[in-house]
Amino acid sequence: MLKSTLLLTTGLTGLAMAAKADITVMSWGGSYAVSQVEAYHKPFTAETGIGVNSVDADNPATPIKAQVEAGNVTIDVADVEYSDAIRLCDEGLLEELDTSMLPPAPDGTPAEEDFIEGALTDCAVANIVWSTIYAYNTENVEGTPTTMADFFDLETFPGKRGLRKTAKANLEMALIADGVPAEEVYDLLETDEGVDQAFAKLETIKDDVVWWEAGAQPPQLLADGEVVMSTAYNGRIFNAAVAEDQPLEVVWDGQILDFDLFVIPKGAPNLEEAKQFIAFSTDTERLAAQASWISYGPARLSSGPLVGLYSDGETEMAPHMPTAEANLSNALVNDFEFWADRDTDLNERFNAWLAN
Amino acid sequence: MANLADARGNGPAPTLTTADGKPLREALAKAERHARNRAFFLVLPLLLFILITFVAPIAQMLHRSVHNPAFSDNMPNLVAWFEENPEGISPDEGGWDALAQDLILARENKTAGLVGTRVNYELSGTRSLFTKGARNARKLEPPYREAILDLDEDWADPALWQVMRGASSAYTFNFYYAAVDKTLDQDGNIVDVDENRKVYVKLFTRTLILSLLITFLTFILAYPIAHLLATLPLRYSNLLMIFVLLPFWTSLLVRTTAWIVLLQSQGVVNDSLVATGIIDDESRIQMIYNQTGTIIAMTHILLPFMVLPLYSVMRPINPSYVRAARSLGATSWTAFRRIYFPQTIPGIGAGALLVFILAVGYYITPALVGGSDGQLISNLIAFHMTNSLNWSMAAALATILLTGILLLYWLYDRLVGIDNLKLG
Repeated sequence: MLKSTLLLTTGLTGLAMAAKADITVMSWGGSYAVSQVEAYHKPFTAETGIGVNSVDADNPATPIKAQVEAGNVTIDVADVEYSDAIRLCDEGLLEELDTSMLPPAPDGTPAEEDFIEGALTDCAVANIVWSTIYAYNTENVEGTPTTMADFFDLETFPGKRGLRKTAKANLEMALIADGVPAEEVYDLLETDEGVDQAFAKLETIKDDVVWWEAGAQPPQLLADGEVVMSTAYNGRIFNAAVAEDQPLEVVWDGQILDFDLFVIPKGAPNLEEAKQFIAFSTDTERLAAQASWISYGPARLSSGPLVGLYSDGETEMAPHMPTAEANLSNALVNDFEFWADRDTDLNERFNAWLAN
Repeated sequence: MANLADARGNGPAPTLTTADGKPLREALAKAERHARNRAFFLVLPLLLFILITFVAPIAQMLHRSVHNPAFSDNMPNLVAWFEENPEGISPDEGGWDALAQDLILARENKTAGLVGTRVNYELSGTRSLFTKGARNARKLEPPYREAILDLDEDWADPALWQVMRGASSAYTFNFYYAAVDKTLDQDGNIVDVDENRKVYVKLFTRTLILSLLITFLTFILAYPIAHLLATLPLRYSNLLMIFVLLPFWTSLLVRTTAWIVLLQSQGVVNDSLVATGIIDDESRIQMIYNQTGTIIAMTHILLPFMVLPLYSVMRPINPSYVRAARSLGATSWTAFRRIYFPQTIPGIGAGALLVFILAVGYYITPALVGGSDGQLISNLIAFHMTNSLNWSMAAALATILLTGILLLYWLYDRLVGIDNLKLG
């Protein structure tokens, strides 16, 4: 009896010791999380022996404040949007990261120069460039929508629309659909008239909108026929279309580009391992590897030429990237400062608008 | 007996003693005290548990609704300046000086984001003023007024100074004003917010109305079920009971998603209606992602909370009462109304109170199936907790909700009596 108890406790302690070295990475779930597990987590564990727990959230930025304020941080690394990375960093909720820990490109270019402009901030290191686009189900739409205006055109393309339940991206898309040139969108949104105009445009389709919150929902809603068109993160649509053979098509007109960045919440339990993970995952080779699992652009210039085929071994990734030349003809880069400033305010108005 | 007669009669009353000679009164008090202590120690773990995990966090949350020190803790010079200078004074050199000092301090302590966020709650678009100001604080040189206005003209906005003055005290009622769609104007008067920003009062009202409706619907549905459960022979009623309990034991999320599968426009119900030709393919009914969805799903999920208390009061009702009423000439309706129904009121009260209180705070189901017009106030509380991270606002909304429920509870106690409640 004593012996077995001893064995059991020793075993449990051993488990606890092994578990202690593991780090927890919070990301967005679905096919995006899968791409990170394949491209980052597995090779990282293989090389360092440090296990990686992957946990999901609709938006990983949101649990960070609660955890840091409560003094009970369980996440070591989180994958967040640009404006959130800036906001959380300004509020002192993130560890500062020294860019010198990042490895240089294979040709020796230092990391600061190898990353796309803006991809490195005081507290965050970007891994991908992604975009909010809209996609449609070719089986349920007659004709071919090509512009952002078509998304708001219920007469030519009748049927339900899917939109993310937040002000961000929706307001910009509404203005673009209203004929505002991409480079003037944020200037216009700074004014009350611009915001009114955006809401007025959204109002025209409000009764036909199904609101989504998690990134995995739009491909599902489209495949089910619950909506005929939906805004979505471009990689999710790519994976549904290519890997699951769904009849989904992306419209790149009016796409809104954004970074996803790795951050470390202040007081993360395994700070050193977390830094090690970020440095490992954002090297040239790993960033390129992720692009073979989902169609998001790597944040390093040197990764670009390494991007080749999708993990099925036959689909060329380049044309599916938000940064591909052909897809950029009418693209908008998300203004992180605008959203860090106005997120609360515009979402309050958005909520009021939704409820009415 | 003789002793007792003596005691009642003449002379001083002899003290009653226990067998070992101690005064009975003291011994009794001691025994009772002992029993009380023991009872207290038995409930002590529970009491501590409730205090630590329930009362303390709620109290802390309520405190947040009036207490936000993000500005007052990090901008000491401005706080001092506001204290010295009464309301209505436009910032003088001392004011600008204090602002410059605080921006430098915010840069050193990396608190500009905190301060900016606090001010931004009340005056949108000001967050970046602070982060930008702190970033450039090193370059500031006297005269500070010109230097700061050079960074951004918006610093001269009187509304900004009014908000900063308000925020310079850690204690504020502004979040409560905001929670009932009010705000302070530049002169400190309470005014309505813009028409296109009014949301909270509307949602409080909607939450109240929908919760009452759902309570009523569960009552209508549960009453016959509970009656059947209580009166059917055991082997049938047991089976029926399993049908009630099985969903009760199933995860909330599973039940909510099941409703999505059933009710969505390409879902089971619509497909069957189209297949049987009742409606055509073009006019599928929208039953989910709106208020209807919220009502249907919540009614189903909360139904067991009505069935079980009703069942527990109906079970012991003696059927011979109703039979007696019938034999005395009452119609079946009268017998039900005068004899049966009054005996079930404690169960109705308990069920209604349970369902109503749960419904008022319901959050996941409306979030999943409510679309835009099926959202409840709890969804906005969650929004402020997790998205906007404005916990003071979430706390203010939650406090109003809690007060509302306590008020209703008090009203219930006055009208029906809480002693009359039978939970099971």
